[in-house]
Amino acid sequence: MSGRLSFYRFSSPAAFYPLAGAIGKVSALIAVVLLAIGLYMSFFVAPTDYKQGEGYRIIFIHVPSAWMSMFIYLVMAFWAGIGLVFNTRLSSMMAQALAPTGAIMTFIALWTGAFWGKPMWGAWWVWDARLTSELILFFLYIGFIALQGSIDDTRRADRAGAVLLLVGVVNIPIIYFSVKWWNTLHQGATVSVTEGSSMSTIMLQAMLIMTFAFWAYSVAVAMYRVRSIILEREKDTRWVSELPEVRR
Amino acid sequence: MKGGVSEFFAMGGYALYVWGSFGATALLMIAEPLLVRQRRKAALQRISRLVRIKSEQQS
Amino acid sequence: MFSAFRIIVARDLLLAMRRRSDVLTTLFFFVIVVSLFPLGIGPELNTLRLIAPGVFWVAALLASMLALEKLFFVDYQDGSLEQMLLAPQPLSVLVLGKVLAHWLVTGLPLVLLSPLLGLQYDLSTATIAVMMFTLLIGTPALSLIGAIGAALTLGIRGGGVLVSLLVLPLYIPVLIFGAGAVEAEASGLGGAGHLSMLGAILLLSALAAPLATAAALRISAE
Repeated sequence: MSGRLSFYRFSSPAAFYPLAGAIGKVSALIAVVLLAIGLYMSFFVAPTDYKQGEGYRIIFIHVPSAWMSMFIYLVMAFWAGIGLVFNTRLSSMMAQALAPTGAIMTFIALWTGAFWGKPMWGAWWVWDARLTSELILFFLYIGFIALQGSIDDTRRADRAGAVLLLVGVVNIPIIYFSVKWWNTLHQGATVSVTEGSSMSTIMLQAMLIMTFAFWAYSVAVAMYRVRSIILEREKDTRWVSELPEVRR
Repeated sequence: MKGGVSEFFAMGGYALYVWGSFGATALLMIAEPLLVRQRRKAALQRISRLVRIKSEQQS
Repeated sequence: MFSAFRIIVARDLLLAMRRRSDVLTTLFFFVIVVSLFPLGIGPELNTLRLIAPGVFWVAALLASMLALEKLFFVDYQDGSLEQMLLAPQPLSVLVLGKVLAHWLVTGLPLVLLSPLLGLQYDLSTATIAVMMFTLLIGTPALSLIGAIGAALTLGIRGGGVLVSLLVLPLYIPVLIFGAGAVEAEASGLGGAGHLSMLGAILLLSALAAPLATAAALRISAE
């Protein structure tokens, strides 16, 4: 029972504000350490791929960012759903804080995909099922951010954004399936890179470390951003005006 | 890593692609925290202005 | 419940008949977009035949998106939307009625006119028939999905552009299966698989979209 109570305590912005700062600090530290290890491993420990040479090293940021881009959308939808059902303001703020990071992760996945595709497939952009789905995911992020940005009433913005996210989550499997279907019908030669080049354990380890680094980075940035969102929304409250960081 | 620094940066002929990817990622992952920090500064500034206005009204 | 549904459909149709220009605008937008492509690409009939499914479907997508703005806006302005929110009948049923009426005046004319435009692209009779059929089961799904976006952006400044950003990504499966069916039929592969997927999307959106739209309307109008 006390566990539940303490959970509810943190659903108030005033109580969550310092906690978010602490989580943000710890995750930022973890992100920096893991990024250093991950980058070292991906450049100096992981061996050269026998098929793709050094070009394959893009995988160490491409795959983590692609995974994060999908994962963040699911987390946003989760928070949005909680916010819609339990009417908690904080969960909607979490969804809002995650959106730009998710969009950036999607962009990184697309960008690195293009830079990987050029030497491997001979074109900057290939209408491959995964790349196309990722592009659509990017549009979904942009739509969410645009919707939130254009509604002035925060309560309405939160709830409208939540509905959009939930509709998006239902649609993502349908979109992915249809793009895949479309792709297999239209494609002459297959352009799969995952086949043929089997991954060595050390490559997989480096990739997982980079994934955790990206994850910690996303948590850190989202936590710092949610602190700003809390400040913006609660600017008229007493607890905000009594914060030590507010200069009088 | 036996061939020295220049060979490392050449990336076996894939320099443009590898550094193009890693560079853009680094740029974004540096820019985003900076933007977040700016947002926090702006919010804090606005709040301190609000606090000052309130205290002036009271006195 | 069913009578409420019927009354909403009849009312919206009557209102639409009173301002016929709205209906014609959507239809002519579709006609103009479809006719622009040969001017941009060139009159080569082989090319036109190849791109026809995609062109028709993208034009239908854009036309249906443009028409969305009107879906709830008039009711929102004159206050009848609030009455619907308070009505004892489930809001999703009323939404379904409104979407059906909206499709009848903006979607159906486009379906009926498409064979004529198909002739411009030198399509065979069989291909035209399949295209009409895909549009017939695809455009209602577009209206249903689009209604969610229209409800979310109700009364927002710049809502028209925003709606396209929200709705177009969700339209993609309909586009893929709609245009795919026509293409498969034209190339002799047979479009049965695509058509059944399109039908499934229509059913799913008829079940789920009115619920989401009703939730969005309550959020936007409160």
